[in-house]
Amino acid sequence: MSTDEGYLDMDLLRFTTAGSVDDGKSTLIGRLMFDTKTIFEDQLEAIEKSSQQRGDANVNLALLTDGLRAEREQGITIDVAYRYFATPKRKFIIADTPGHIQYTRNMVTGASTANLAIILIDARKGVIEQTCRHAFIASLLRIEHVVLCINKMDLVDYSEERYEEIVKQFSEFASRLDIKEMTFIPISALHGDNVVNRSENMPWYGGSPLLYHLETVYIGSDANHVDPRFPVQWVIRPHSEKYHDYRGYGGRIAGGVFKPGDEVTVLPSGFSSKIRSIDRFEEEVDEAFSPMSVAVRLEDEIDISRGDMIVKPNNQPTVSQDIDAMVCWFSSDRTLQARGKYIIRHTTKTAKAMVKSIQYKVDINTLHKIETDLNIGMNDIARIQLRTSEPLFFDSYRKNRFTGSFVLIDEFTNKTVAAGMIR
Amino acid sequence: MSLSYKIRHLEQLESEAIFVLRETAAQFERPVILFSGGKDSIVVARLAQKAFWPARPPMPFMHVDTGHNFPETIEFRDRFIADIGGKLIVASVQDSIDQGRAVEETGPNASRNALQTVTLLDAIEEHRFDGAVGGARRDEEKARAKERFFSHRDEFGQWDPKNQRPELWNLFNARKSQGEHFRVFPLSNWTEMDVWQYILREEIAIPSIYFSHEREVIERDGVLLDNNDFITLADGEVPQKRIVRFRTVGDATCTGAVESEADSLEKIIEEVASARQTERGGRADDKRSESAMEDRKKEGYF
Repeated sequence: MSTDEGYLDMDLLRFTTAGSVDDGKSTLIGRLMFDTKTIFEDQLEAIEKSSQQRGDANVNLALLTDGLRAEREQGITIDVAYRYFATPKRKFIIADTPGHIQYTRNMVTGASTANLAIILIDARKGVIEQTCRHAFIASLLRIEHVVLCINKMDLVDYSEERYEEIVKQFSEFASRLDIKEMTFIPISALHGDNVVNRSENMPWYGGSPLLYHLETVYIGSDANHVDPRFPVQWVIRPHSEKYHDYRGYGGRIAGGVFKPGDEVTVLPSGFSSKIRSIDRFEEEVDEAFSPMSVAVRLEDEIDISRGDMIVKPNNQPTVSQDIDAMVCWFSSDRTLQARGKYIIRHTTKTAKAMVKSIQYKVDINTLHKIETDLNIGMNDIARIQLRTSEPLFFDSYRKNRFTGSFVLIDEFTNKTVAAGMIR
Repeated sequence: MSLSYKIRHLEQLESEAIFVLRETAAQFERPVILFSGGKDSIVVARLAQKAFWPARPPMPFMHVDTGHNFPETIEFRDRFIADIGGKLIVASVQDSIDQGRAVEETGPNASRNALQTVTLLDAIEEHRFDGAVGGARRDEEKARAKERFFSHRDEFGQWDPKNQRPELWNLFNARKSQGEHFRVFPLSNWTEMDVWQYILREEIAIPSIYFSHEREVIERDGVLLDNNDFITLADGEVPQKRIVRFRTVGDATCTGAVESEADSLEKIIEEVASARQTERGGRADDKRSESAMEDRKKEGYF
């Protein structure tokens, strides 16, 4: 890697890994980082030292990802940890999430920004409840690319038959989900089979090793470049002599493409104008699309503030105070209250929201709808209806991750208590 | 018109950081940017300049000054902040010691690194800052890998890593009770390499100690420390001249130099690419124990 355009020209893949320590998830991440030479000498030295102290037989690569003292003591991953590595082809951000049942909220958090999910299956155990849960969450959060890594193949004698059996098991379950692209890879994270290098132990496997897949999977069509949405984040008014009349709207494009000269409509006022320029620092750009941060200037002086949205007249989001959504509940202290009032944060807008009704809870292992028990506690996923104190400008989560998502905040504890995906 | 709507990773990181800085301006009443004169805080300052351009960043910059500085960085600090039209506040560890708020460590490895926490928390309280923006990155250290963009601190300035608010999509929650504050980390997803590439691409000026130069150093526990007035020589330690540069800029008593011939950004980047030690490998403050960073962060460190 050097200073040439190669590095500057790389794109970014964000992925999440779900699974517990027993599945070899941390070993897999450790392996990816180790084999791509991302682990540094002092890090290796540090984990070698603590492995010895713990009496582990091999260097415990899991210690690399489990950074907090409590995690090391208990041998578990508590929180989402973010890891970074690069190959000459791509930069990667890993959201490493723990797989225990009580940590659904971490998995949802990690999945919310991911392009791809890796789900680990222990080849000896096959598809278990946890696998189904992970797959359901990947599908709920609309991760377009899911990779099933069937791990510990060394412990089933690298058996093709066992591999095919698990592929069949999983495919049957996944047919009830909405996953755009699924890839199966038989690996041994401990020994490195099919992680970075092709395995000599499984000549029957015709696909790519995991890293090659991560480097080449096409993610160009994941973002919405069709429906123009620009939530205003911050109004830029310099009040200086040189820029006396400058009035720019700072924000990050949430969807579609904007160009100077475009006719636009501002929500909620409904006023129309034209884009005068799109500024990125000192330069003006010809077009802007998700996820670029820019400042937009309009031809006309209109009263616009944070929380407003600039769209195109012929392509507008839903404007409504009634929201139908799937939510994942995060709070351990309080359950979701029917008729309860929360603060809702959606794009750059903040309002109040009342829970009008709780329709059903999802059994995330069987995908069954539970209508008899509507007690929604930590890690539960439910379909609810909300009424907001003022109209929100939204799309379905399926259409746009940024304009289709929200969080609920408890106004007494200030904690983020739920994540929502608009239907 | 471009055929595919794709932005490269540095632009993605830049857009993300600008988004975080604008959220900071919008969601906090009294935000501040912590500025050490190190490369990461320089990049944050540059991004703040971009986020609000052509207006000035709507928040002041604050340096927590240990008094044990490399003179080059102080000179640089003042010039840089003046150039972007920012307002600088200096919070001094020496003042905290003089007022009896903090007690100086003693012994050959004495450092004011940990004392910065006292000064920082006092300054946050004094100025009633509710959001302190820092240049920390998740790739730096294992406890930092668990950080949020908007990271909550209780009324004692403490971090509770096991009980953090979930952060989804790009929705940040900065609500808090009286006396609590947040730390904000716009560079969370950047790596050391990204920071250097960005400095190169943007042609941002950085302090001269990052580039190779001749310096009198002492070798202690495998780390090369600057031989300055703040350091106490142990028995048998002999200062020697070496060609070195610094990979991070911290307290001059505990920031290690590396032997290096890299005298340009391009050469530094090549060196970073082939480095076998993390940049904090030379930081004596991290080597104190396995969870040294976690412990300091829980107390309110950067």
